[in-house]
Amino acid sequence: MSEEEQARTTTARQPRHAALGLSPERLQVMYRQMVLARALDRRMWVLNRQGKAPFVISGQGHEAAQVGAAAALRPGVDWLAPYYRDLAFCIAMGMTAREFMLGVYARAADPASGGRQMPSHFGLSRARIITTSSTVSTQVPHAAGIAYAAKTRGLDEVAVASLGEGSTSKGDWHEALNFAGVHRLPLVCLVQDNDYAISVPHRLQMSVDSVADRARGYGMVGTTVDGGDVLAVHEAMKEAVQRARSGQGPTLIDAKVARFTSHSSDDDQRRYRPQEELEAMLRRDPLERFRNYLLDETVLTDESDELLQQGCTQEVEEAVQEAQAAPEPDPADLGRHVFAQRLDSSVSGDGVGDDTWQSRR
Amino acid sequence: MAVKTLIEGVREALTEEMERDDRVWVLGEDVGKKGGVFLATEGIYSRFGEARVLDTPLAESCIVGVAIGAALNGLIPVAEIQFADFIHPAFDQIVSEAARIRYRSNGDYSCPIVVRAPFGGGVHGGLYHSQSVEAFYAHVPGLKVVIPSTPEDAKGLLKAAIRDPDPVMFFEHKKAYRLIKGEVPDGEYVTPIGTAAVRRQGINVTCVAWGLMVHHCLEAAEAVAPEGISVEVIDLRTLQPLDRETILRSVEKTARAMVVHEDNLTGGFGAEVAAIIADKGFEHLDAPVTRVAGPDVPAMPFNHPQEEAFLPNPEKIAAAMRRLAAY
Repeated sequence: MSEEEQARTTTARQPRHAALGLSPERLQVMYRQMVLARALDRRMWVLNRQGKAPFVISGQGHEAAQVGAAAALRPGVDWLAPYYRDLAFCIAMGMTAREFMLGVYARAADPASGGRQMPSHFGLSRARIITTSSTVSTQVPHAAGIAYAAKTRGLDEVAVASLGEGSTSKGDWHEALNFAGVHRLPLVCLVQDNDYAISVPHRLQMSVDSVADRARGYGMVGTTVDGGDVLAVHEAMKEAVQRARSGQGPTLIDAKVARFTSHSSDDDQRRYRPQEELEAMLRRDPLERFRNYLLDETVLTDESDELLQQGCTQEVEEAVQEAQAAPEPDPADLGRHVFAQRLDSSVSGDGVGDDTWQSRR
Repeated sequence: MAVKTLIEGVREALTEEMERDDRVWVLGEDVGKKGGVFLATEGIYSRFGEARVLDTPLAESCIVGVAIGAALNGLIPVAEIQFADFIHPAFDQIVSEAARIRYRSNGDYSCPIVVRAPFGGGVHGGLYHSQSVEAFYAHVPGLKVVIPSTPEDAKGLLKAAIRDPDPVMFFEHKKAYRLIKGEVPDGEYVTPIGTAAVRRQGINVTCVAWGLMVHHCLEAAEAVAPEGISVEVIDLRTLQPLDRETILRSVEKTARAMVVHEDNLTGGFGAEVAAIIADKGFEHLDAPVTRVAGPDVPAMPFNHPQEEAFLPNPEKIAAAMRRLAAY
């Protein structure tokens, strides 16, 4: 057997995660992030049905794509411009269960917005998750600007813009990718294609099977990946991040995922998706898939999984209890944070000021 | 003190601020080698290089969106929108994003950007190179709206805008760029945002304006002075935050008030000024608050007679002053 053949045989025998440089411990962390995100997500729907959360919007079915991508980033160094399905992504970047639940309950201590925004409108400066709006795709130029600033300041930072396939129809997406391509910015655009923009199917959103086909038009690399396979997404993301860090420019990743829930708590996808399609989709659970892989690789056992699940359930319950007990925002704070400095109330109508910006800027 | 044009004031502010703070970053269409279509950034590219003066793709939403992102990561972007008429594609980035970043993040993030744009007519700019857009943005909490009318203020206010921790819309009247000359102090100074200037003292009529219209109002005030009509002219300088006190103090003295703007009448910022005077100064008034503004047509025509017909000018303003004084 030649040396080359030997090497190939060794690679073939090497588990996929090992080939990606992921240790068993790292896999367990990633799995836990997925389990925790799923548990939080399911719990918030219960809270919605109980009338405790007026609105929820979900990321169930997207967890593998998000956790696989986040595992290629350095929390607190690299940036995430997320969208409303990125619960697992944000957990993996450093948001806690408690912080998320404070948002679901719209409490004053919600770090994303102090209860001002709908749940899942993420934002956490500590974890470099930028604040997001509901107007999709506006975050993509922000990610490009972050990447431009990193490049021009000589900082070794990567910006990730995350969004759904429907958002790629908007002008901001095009404008931002064009800009990122022109300047070969350290940017990764992760499209989580779950086939539906609320009710509008992929075929009415774009004329190509994969939005990654457009990458060439922006002078960047495009990759299509099975978003239900956490390791496949990680591999694509790892390459993209390496490309970004080494000055070779942006990457467009199209991760094909499944949207397990309706668009939001105000939607019912049974109205526009065939029953067979929904049943088939639910059989492709990325969490189940990763679990089976970990069991096969003996990274996980039924017993350790049971313990991990219990731990996550407990963490979620504690987060719920804490959020429920946390104080609501004070109506008197309605006028806070319009501007940095307090302006004369007779002039602006602004309330209490914010003198923290000097140190932040 | 040296006499300079308004656009020189803009240019000096940019240059000095870029020298003072290497986080200040200019971006926009044609702002680089060309120095901008009005030459507001002339010489800045050769001085600071492409890393700090960037010619962007022709995409306004991208310009503002990228500026917001860069601000989140430590830069202080000064974005130029080539003409205020072309700012509308960036409306979403300005209104939904820049204006709300501090508020919606509960103070966790801020957005220190400046968006500069030439506005206004009288230069045969036609429908798409003449518009006044200040009312759209003055309506939006979270934005500051600044409109200088003198070279001194153009410099001092732009410096203040660049140092401001919040997003500032900075509108420069394009006809005033070279028409308006004035003394600019030597050395370092900053003009605070949020304070109006009384450009002419008077006792019979209060006349509120901004941008080039301030100069038309001063000319009109001069014209009616021999008739015994003493007009106080207030240059707002910033529409948001608005210096209500200076307006109301003047109305208390004159008992008659008018607002002049180039933007069309309905829903223009003059309506807000008039409402404030009616609300807070009613007991001092001897006459209804008057507005002189562009007509409610979609935009300013290119041809000379119709452009003239659209624009407020010293004659139209003087006529309104006489009517108001006689009421």
